[in-house]
Amino acid sequence: MSKRAVDLQVGERGIVSNFSTEEIPGKLLEMGCLPGCEVELKYTTPFNGPLIMRIANSEIAIRRDLASKILVESL
Amino acid sequence: MKGSSRALRIALTGNPNTGKSSLFNALTGLNQKVSNYPGITVEKKTGFFKLTNGSVVEVTDLPGTYSLNPSSLDEAVVLDFLAQPKPKEKPDGVVVVLDATNLKRNLYLLTQVLDLGYPTIAVLNMMDMVDRKGIDIDIDGLQKSYNIPFVYMTTRKSLGFEELKSEISEYVVSNRTPLFDVDSMTWVPEIHELLPDSPSKYASWLLAIQESENSQLPPSVKTSLHDVLEKNQVNKNQERTKEAIKRYQQVNSVLSDFVLVDPKKDKSLTGRIDKLLTHKVYGLVILFSVLTIIFQAVFAWSEAPMNFIDGLFSQLSQGIKSYFAPGPLTGLFADGVVPGLAGVAIFIPQIAILFTFIGILEESGYMARVVVLMDRLMSKFGLSGKSVLPLISGTACAIPAIMATRTIENWKERLITIFVTPFTTCSARLPVYVVLISLVIPDGDLLGFSYKGLALMGMYALGFVTALVSSYTMSKWLGMKSNTPFIIEMPSYRLPLYKNLLIMVFEKSKSFVAGAGKIIVAISVILWVLATNGPNTTFGLSQEEILSNAPLDLSEEETQSYIDGYKLESSYIGRLGKFIEPTIEPLGYDWKVGIALISSFAAREVFVGTIATIYSVGDDSETTIVNKMRQEINPKTGLPFFSLAVGMSLMVFYAFAMQCVSTFAVVRKETNSWTWPLLQLVFMTTFAYVMSFATYQLLV
Repeated sequence: MSKRAVDLQVGERGIVSNFSTEEIPGKLLEMGCLPGCEVELKYTTPFNGPLIMRIANSEIAIRRDLASKILVESL
Repeated sequence: MKGSSRALRIALTGNPNTGKSSLFNALTGLNQKVSNYPGITVEKKTGFFKLTNGSVVEVTDLPGTYSLNPSSLDEAVVLDFLAQPKPKEKPDGVVVVLDATNLKRNLYLLTQVLDLGYPTIAVLNMMDMVDRKGIDIDIDGLQKSYNIPFVYMTTRKSLGFEELKSEISEYVVSNRTPLFDVDSMTWVPEIHELLPDSPSKYASWLLAIQESENSQLPPSVKTSLHDVLEKNQVNKNQERTKEAIKRYQQVNSVLSDFVLVDPKKDKSLTGRIDKLLTHKVYGLVILFSVLTIIFQAVFAWSEAPMNFIDGLFSQLSQGIKSYFAPGPLTGLFADGVVPGLAGVAIFIPQIAILFTFIGILEESGYMARVVVLMDRLMSKFGLSGKSVLPLISGTACAIPAIMATRTIENWKERLITIFVTPFTTCSARLPVYVVLISLVIPDGDLLGFSYKGLALMGMYALGFVTALVSSYTMSKWLGMKSNTPFIIEMPSYRLPLYKNLLIMVFEKSKSFVAGAGKIIVAISVILWVLATNGPNTTFGLSQEEILSNAPLDLSEEETQSYIDGYKLESSYIGRLGKFIEPTIEPLGYDWKVGIALISSFAAREVFVGTIATIYSVGDDSETTIVNKMRQEINPKTGLPFFSLAVGMSLMVFYAFAMQCVSTFAVVRKETNSWTWPLLQLVFMTTFAYVMSFATYQLLV
């Protein structure tokens, strides 16, 4: 099922399928977050703070607005 | 470089948190120097070490980066150094440090560096963690796929240094075909011609597609590059994406052949610790405890060494005065240079303690969690999670705090942080507050807290709140649309290495002394000259003429004080004080306070020393100054001059006014423009004036 990375539950994994914007930051891609890559929501932070995701085997924190632009097929 | 007499030049590069700096420190020890890259204040670290055959290697430790496509100023330095080297700095080879537990992303940078065309050695660091994380690496396979040497290393256990050194002396130059092919792009040759120092077409391609705000290329070259891109309809972001996809395809195929990762075998602790440290309740409790401990330690632990330094320098002044005959030169050293040096040295303990803690936070990996936990709160005010560190550092001194903003990738967030950091109560304000609070705040307590203590806490709160409110206002004014998002890696937790900590604390203290120190000493000397010279008609009077108007029954010491006070009043700086008196009268100040305001522009704490001189206090201990100020009578009202209204108005002025040349200088340097520091100076001073005016008029 396709959803946004921001909608993943803690511990839920998904495969990146696409991005909902053309302007996806290069740095995110260079960290390995490309279509086909597995991501997992590891932790949320208080007050709707950034999400800590496992992307390409390392843990990376991104803000929720960016996570809402990453589309994933949940596993 | 066989047959050449100069040292072999090696550039050290790698992702952040790969132990790259530990390797650098281990190779070079204290045999390193820190300078700035031209035009920007990103630190450039170079060092030297010897190979087994005795030849010297010069190694440059480049800032950590995830790719050669820069997202911040620090990262832009890496691209410039490698893709656009000055002929005299061009490295003979590159050592790429890889985190063996996280090869995928680390290999990405390696493949980019390989395509630059330099002879390259890969270092597989953190090999001790590999087994624990359930990873199995076929190093021969990696060597064959990339056709370069790979060296196993565990910098924390000093394993692999000799192997690296022998690889460096043997230096393999391999002929490889580029992994990401830019030759097929028709517009690349045209760009390569515009960049004569670039070592390869790929390097030119990288320079051409970087965001222009990070680029250090000359404007004319930037324009020509832009024209070529425009003509060929090249979209920078798409090029970056193309590269990322191509390289990861290649990296993934290597990884699947030669590296096995079994997450089930991951026995590392980081996951369990993070569960606690990012927890809704415990995470925040721990965070605020840590911040409170740091805050307390910076003040509590620095008190004794600061008093010691203070005593040492005043003894030095006394010593100079008693050993040498009185004269302009003795005066210059005893009252100009030495107090100036003291004004610098006094901050070293706080800066050293602060950076020890910051070092521990960064080395251990907790800093990344602090940044993430605070990000949401800070972004409400237009700041970033990464602004927390500068704002905390600001309670010691705004100078290292502003330098610490370099890691903030988003330019607007960085600018706002630079702009508001000077509002936090730095330690130079403390002596001013202490004197004024003991002067005007009554004794007594509220629920066990003394009024005086509460007033001091109130001043700290005022600083923080003002910083947050102004950043909110500023972010609204600048508009917060940004294209450099917040992406930060959570490194594994590690025990800090004391060697790295010591070197960092030493370097930071040194750069503070060298940077801010020069300005503080220079201004102190200028102020001394202004205070000891004056127009001849009044200043040149003899002692008898001065004393002709003095009250009669003065003791010897009081006579001397009276003469000093007169001389200051008629000096150039006294004239200046009188000149600005009409402007500051609405705030409740007279010309004497005016002198203190002017002279403390070098550094706020100079206020206390100047007041001591103006009120002709023999020694400048705080109790004596306070007593003397208390006796000062306002000639118009006949009441004490330092009323609650005047004291509060002064404190408010010191809380808000920029009053710090060094901050001005460092903002000028960090923003690389005159606009921002000037705007900051005008804004803060105007704001201080208005608020002090309001305070005085309300209370009087």
